[in-house]
Amino acid sequence: MSDNMESHAYDILVIGSGGAGLRAAIAAAEAGATVAVLGKSLLGKAHTVMAEGGVAASLGNLDPADGWETHFYDTMRSGHFINNYKTVEVFAKEAPERVLELEYWGAVFDRTPEGKIMQRPFGAHTFRRLCHVGDRTGKELIRTLEQKIFTVNVDVFQEITATKLFTDNGRVAGAIAYYREDGHFALFSAKAVVIATGGWGKSYKVTSNSWESTGDGAALAFEAGAELIDMEMVQFHPTGMVWPPGVRGVLVTEGVRGEGGLLRNSEGERFMEKYDPQRMELSSRDVVSRSIYKEVQAGRGTPHGGAWLDITHRGPAYIKRKLPGMYEQFMALADVDITKTKFEVGPTIHYTMGGLKVDPLSCATNVPGLFAAGECAAGLHGANRLGGNSLSDILVFGKRAGDGAVEFVKGHEGTPKIDDSEVQAEIDRVLRPFSSENGENPYALHEQLQEIMATHAGISRTGPDLEQGLQKLLELKERARNMAVPGSRVFNPGWHTVQDVHNMITLCEAIIRGAIERKESRGAQWRLDHPDELEEYGKINFVHKLEDGEVKTYTSPVPEMPAELKELFNLGAAPGIAKSGKKE
Amino acid sequence: MPEEITLSVFRGDRSGGQEQEYKIPATTGMVVLDALHYIQAHDAPDLAVRWNCKAAHCGSCSAEINGSGKLLCKTRVDDYVGEVIHVRPMHTFPVIKDLVTDVSWNYEKLRQIPAFQPAAKAPFTLQQRDVDRIQEFRDCIECFLCQNVCHVLREHNAKDAYWGPRMMIRIAELEMHPFDTGDRIDLLKGAAGVGYCNITKCCTVVCPQGINITDNGIIPLKERVADKYFDPLGGLVRKMHK
Repeated sequence: MSDNMESHAYDILVIGSGGAGLRAAIAAAEAGATVAVLGKSLLGKAHTVMAEGGVAASLGNLDPADGWETHFYDTMRSGHFINNYKTVEVFAKEAPERVLELEYWGAVFDRTPEGKIMQRPFGAHTFRRLCHVGDRTGKELIRTLEQKIFTVNVDVFQEITATKLFTDNGRVAGAIAYYREDGHFALFSAKAVVIATGGWGKSYKVTSNSWESTGDGAALAFEAGAELIDMEMVQFHPTGMVWPPGVRGVLVTEGVRGEGGLLRNSEGERFMEKYDPQRMELSSRDVVSRSIYKEVQAGRGTPHGGAWLDITHRGPAYIKRKLPGMYEQFMALADVDITKTKFEVGPTIHYTMGGLKVDPLSCATNVPGLFAAGECAAGLHGANRLGGNSLSDILVFGKRAGDGAVEFVKGHEGTPKIDDSEVQAEIDRVLRPFSSENGENPYALHEQLQEIMATHAGISRTGPDLEQGLQKLLELKERARNMAVPGSRVFNPGWHTVQDVHNMITLCEAIIRGAIERKESRGAQWRLDHPDELEEYGKINFVHKLEDGEVKTYTSPVPEMPAELKELFNLGAAPGIAKSGKKE
Repeated sequence: MPEEITLSVFRGDRSGGQEQEYKIPATTGMVVLDALHYIQAHDAPDLAVRWNCKAAHCGSCSAEINGSGKLLCKTRVDDYVGEVIHVRPMHTFPVIKDLVTDVSWNYEKLRQIPAFQPAAKAPFTLQQRDVDRIQEFRDCIECFLCQNVCHVLREHNAKDAYWGPRMMIRIAELEMHPFDTGDRIDLLKGAAGVGYCNITKCCTVVCPQGINITDNGIIPLKERVADKYFDPLGGLVRKMHK
């Protein structure tokens, strides 16, 4: 390690500056810890900013019968019961408090006629539950956290990429990162580390995710010994844009359906009647995505291979008020006025339910001192995530991870040491693409990875397809050991892509291995060769570990609910409905 | 055969640089950011451009296209049929590399604005009509195109005198929040320098979010400053009530 290398020491290092990372940092700073946040973008630009429809919390402002039990019930059911019930319970109970806290910090939600926070209906939520600001709720959330961060004692490092976590006798000791601006390295020693780097939707071509969603933190933690779980569960959002090509995959908020939008096939039929006559357009995302896919496969798709979504009956004034971003997005990018005409939508990769296996209360991984929260962690969403639950996820578990890290630091004396030779080896590894002879083009490898994942581990899967995909992926993994980039270390996107591709390949292997092992259909996992949901698979999660550089896959039992929680599913209806005696 | 378009993109760093031409195939609905990504993947892997969401939500990809401040992800190449598309970094901020500029000054100023100081614990009772105006301001994506076009910052580089339209809108959203108890009028008159704005409305025109920055934000702030400092009758009344 060079003597003049920039180095920092903190109690707690948070990697990721989206909602979960900022919320964790705020919690840790308020508890008196010294905290640094690393983000690979500018502050306030993380993927959280793209969340549109709302943040789910059972405030009951419109439906007083709502409460944590019903939110718990909806989340477990949509996750097809492989979620960790304890995680879901904590989540459902704490979400309202976390949302109100945002209002206290300056967030300005849409209002009800009584002056309370407005809540909208959303897919598979029993009650109107999503607190929102038009169709830009994620921006309100991250901006509020950004503004809050300015008031607490947190050092924010912008546009900096962490490439490796270090451990000392098994305990996490810190990370190394490089500034994207000029490529110089900085070492961050820490007594605890919180990973909050989001998902890895960029492993797929048609995705609603921003460039950042490359799973960096999850991959780094996995390489440092942390376990991954439920990796096969990758969510397709039913409604992405499908035309023109440049915007294929860009999100069309579920809020369009929440506000009354209707889905039709090329024959004008409201096809959801066939697939979920009860919930129709507001069925869960896995069901609606598959339904659109099946209609297209059956030759009833729109000109560019999607379904029609129609909200025109709500009238221009209402649409522009409640869905201003969607109106603008279609006008600017597709020359379509959604107040006047129906538009095309189709499934797009949206969210990764799987991720780092964490303790439901403290968000601790199996690596001492290493915590995780938000999309990079797993357990809350099971086999399918409900819309609106990710924004409350990052608030509830961002705070819990920050608190968990603080508790860990209090309970563990001393500062772990980072080995100089490991640091030097990592710097050499990261710089290798500049001197590599005949190395691979990282952009080309990224495209090939996306091709493999779309073809072999997409919305519909089969055993042979997955096996073939795994072989292709392993070949790609070999080739990715030798990537090359021209130019200097000064803001070099090609070089940045090298790290992204490495991380995504690591995680995609676990996706495919999990999908091969889960020989059933459940939530987002749709196996054409195993079309039924099977009881025995409802009792297990697939867990991946890195052993001697190899990905090994094991099973672990789904934690069993205590009797009082099981009882919530035996009331004949959702708890809030059964208890209030009211119909949905 | 797809139509070929020509982009002339600034390549350079802090020490200087020049535009370089690239010819690429256009596709239907292509935006300028798509074109730059094509160049990255095929011609210049190290071409630096800042972007995130590619859906006009995050405000990362601000640049100047044929002389106007734009979001690269929201600007269609077919807006420039028959023209060379010149893409340059924002002028008001120092270039780091190619299209990426150092916008850290904006974050320094954001940090210096006194935060929301609520009068009560949440939940608040607030009517929609009372929050419409501040929701307009909170629609800001922090692309800093308003900062880039503001002539006080752009032509005169008077960053020590005036904090620019983005900061005015942030202050306005706080000052106009019904539950805020803070007072940022002294700041506006002093360090933040609202008096430097002479209402050319360039910021309003450039705003990709369509926020009425000048009329709804800056002018009311100027009025608040005038009420406090330059209204002798009002000042007398306030003194008597102390």
